[in-house]
Amino acid sequence: MSQKMTRVEEPQELHPMDCWLRSERMPHMWCAGCGIGPTLYAWARALDRVGIDKKKVVYVSGIGCCGRGSGYLDVDGFHTTHGRAIPFAIGIKLVKPDLCVNVISGDGDLFSIGGNHFIHAARRNVDLLVICTNNFIYGMTGGQLAATTLLGDYSTTTPYGNVEPPFNTPHLADASGAVYVARWTSVHVRQLENSIVEALRMKGFRYIEVLSPCPVNYGRRNRLREVDDIAKWFWQSSVIKNGAGTSEVQIEKGKPLVLGNFVKREGKLSYYEELKKLEERVRKAAEAKE
Amino acid sequence: MGYGKERKQIKGGRGIGKTVLTGKHFWYGNIAIAEAAIAAGCRFFAGYPITPASEIAEHISERFPEIGGIFVQFEDELASMAAILGASWAGAKSMTATSGPGFSLMMENLGLGVMMEVPTVVVNIQRGGPSTGLPTLTAQGDVMQAKWGSHGPNEIIALAPGSPQEAFDLTIRCFNLAEKYRVPTILLASETVGHSAGKVVVPPEDEIELIDRKKPTVPPEEYLPYMPDEDLIPPMAHAGEGYAVCTTGLTHDEKGYPDTTAETQERLIRRLNDKIRKHIEDIVNVEEENMEDAEIAVVSYGQVSRPAKRAVRMAREEGIKAGSIKLITIWPFAEYFIRKWAKQVNVFLVPELNYGQIYLEVKREAAGDAETVLVPRMGGRLITPQEIYLEIKKVSEK
Repeated sequence: MSQKMTRVEEPQELHPMDCWLRSERMPHMWCAGCGIGPTLYAWARALDRVGIDKKKVVYVSGIGCCGRGSGYLDVDGFHTTHGRAIPFAIGIKLVKPDLCVNVISGDGDLFSIGGNHFIHAARRNVDLLVICTNNFIYGMTGGQLAATTLLGDYSTTTPYGNVEPPFNTPHLADASGAVYVARWTSVHVRQLENSIVEALRMKGFRYIEVLSPCPVNYGRRNRLREVDDIAKWFWQSSVIKNGAGTSEVQIEKGKPLVLGNFVKREGKLSYYEELKKLEERVRKAAEAKE
Repeated sequence: MGYGKERKQIKGGRGIGKTVLTGKHFWYGNIAIAEAAIAAGCRFFAGYPITPASEIAEHISERFPEIGGIFVQFEDELASMAAILGASWAGAKSMTATSGPGFSLMMENLGLGVMMEVPTVVVNIQRGGPSTGLPTLTAQGDVMQAKWGSHGPNEIIALAPGSPQEAFDLTIRCFNLAEKYRVPTILLASETVGHSAGKVVVPPEDEIELIDRKKPTVPPEEYLPYMPDEDLIPPMAHAGEGYAVCTTGLTHDEKGYPDTTAETQERLIRRLNDKIRKHIEDIVNVEEENMEDAEIAVVSYGQVSRPAKRAVRMAREEGIKAGSIKLITIWPFAEYFIRKWAKQVNVFLVPELNYGQIYLEVKREAAGDAETVLVPRMGGRLITPQEIYLEIKKVSEK
């Protein structure tokens, strides 16, 4: 969390993406070097490209730095409780299936406290796009251990180094039945945007992990102190392997970061479609009895 | 559950596609609650199995596909509670049903519902606690939890039915109050209500009064999601209606933007409380019986009211001037009625299936004017009329 800054001068002209922002809420609260901004930029550009009506876009978030995003975008924004963005979003989506419902939240929110909801939503194939900005740490609360913190990393609650292996979240999504699984970083903005476009054009449970720098609460304690150190790490050590087996993409220190669009499953009915099919079957059986 | 015949009737054509099953029925309380929800317009149910509330979910899972409702059995009560809030924001009337252990998990998003001002209904079929306690047996131990279980200083609305018919009627009232005041409401029943069968009369559809939430009357560019009308309740725009609703569990201003300052907290929390407190006459109901000349008043709620009323009649036969005050609304508390009767009666007798919860509220309001005596049972079984009668007799001889 950065301290509140005041804008030095009003910009002369609007940025093309400003129509997606609640400009009156700028400047935002995120720190310099944070990856959430570029991720939301890629998302907004993708929505633009796919041509989705802004009125039909819903952004549900949980708690944490990324959770605050839903209050900055000029769409229906729901900033919910810690870990519960996915079930909240399911409620919206099942009642109004024509809406484009997106859950954009952090790794702590989606995989620690909300891990159970993630795997069950993927298993049910609920029609949601879930984007996780994974910064390997609890940023907002001051840099505590996350379920994605790499082995050996330092955090404010692992002062002697982390001994817990992190989740391989694309593998978890894949194994739970997600129809689309990808991983990019917030410095691969174009690839990320293309990936979101691809995901937005699909139905069912779609998951994109976005590795995201947190210089303040992650980098600072892990020899990535400068504002662009993590971005450089992402850029220099990443290899793009579209279609890679998700069991092979575990992130480990000193090894290449495997990025890409890993999984695309076609032809699977979404949860809502299954429910409507069931409804049809029940009604037909009832009519036959009448 | 043994509601086979009734189920067959519904399955066999009489009820297919019908949302209001007008007529006389012999229903379990839990079935009455499910049918009342359907009659009230509930079309989204999320829940997790738990004794003694599961029949509500089971019944709804069978009925909803016929009438186009969405039923989801979630992975836990945390998700269930979150989902009914989301569904309500999308415009559906929504509900969940649970019991003690699940109710504890729902506290998290019950608070979110209060903060975001979401109309929805939470049914708690109380069982013995704490913890796993008595899964199959009755209790009234969650009265204080219903009000204070979720962190924060807020009012809540909770109603307590005592029979299958009341379960039906009060479920509909829960929906109406939720919609009217934009707040999650709680139907605080207990195992002996959910699992006792009795006559339930379902009125014709046009005789069931239903209330729907206020919608914005201004265009999106003028709409402020948390700008209240004079009644302190803001109109509610749904997701997908073009209002770009911004809402959060954080303390927020009228735009719905996070504003974590003492001033905004003061303004918001006062309004969240006052929108209920200022309408207490509309929300609070009690049933008074034999109170005109009563010197001893038995204050009860839920199914305990049935033995309590019987005990009062037994006492009357003995010439003891006893009366009954049955609380239909548990929260907000019926302060006015207790204060009023405290000036007339000598003693309030409070039988309840816990170790003193509503007793404390009665005592607080009666202070200085009348004595308050607790008749506690820890749950597991109902208290009998005879037991309450003996207590009335005891205080009358003092």
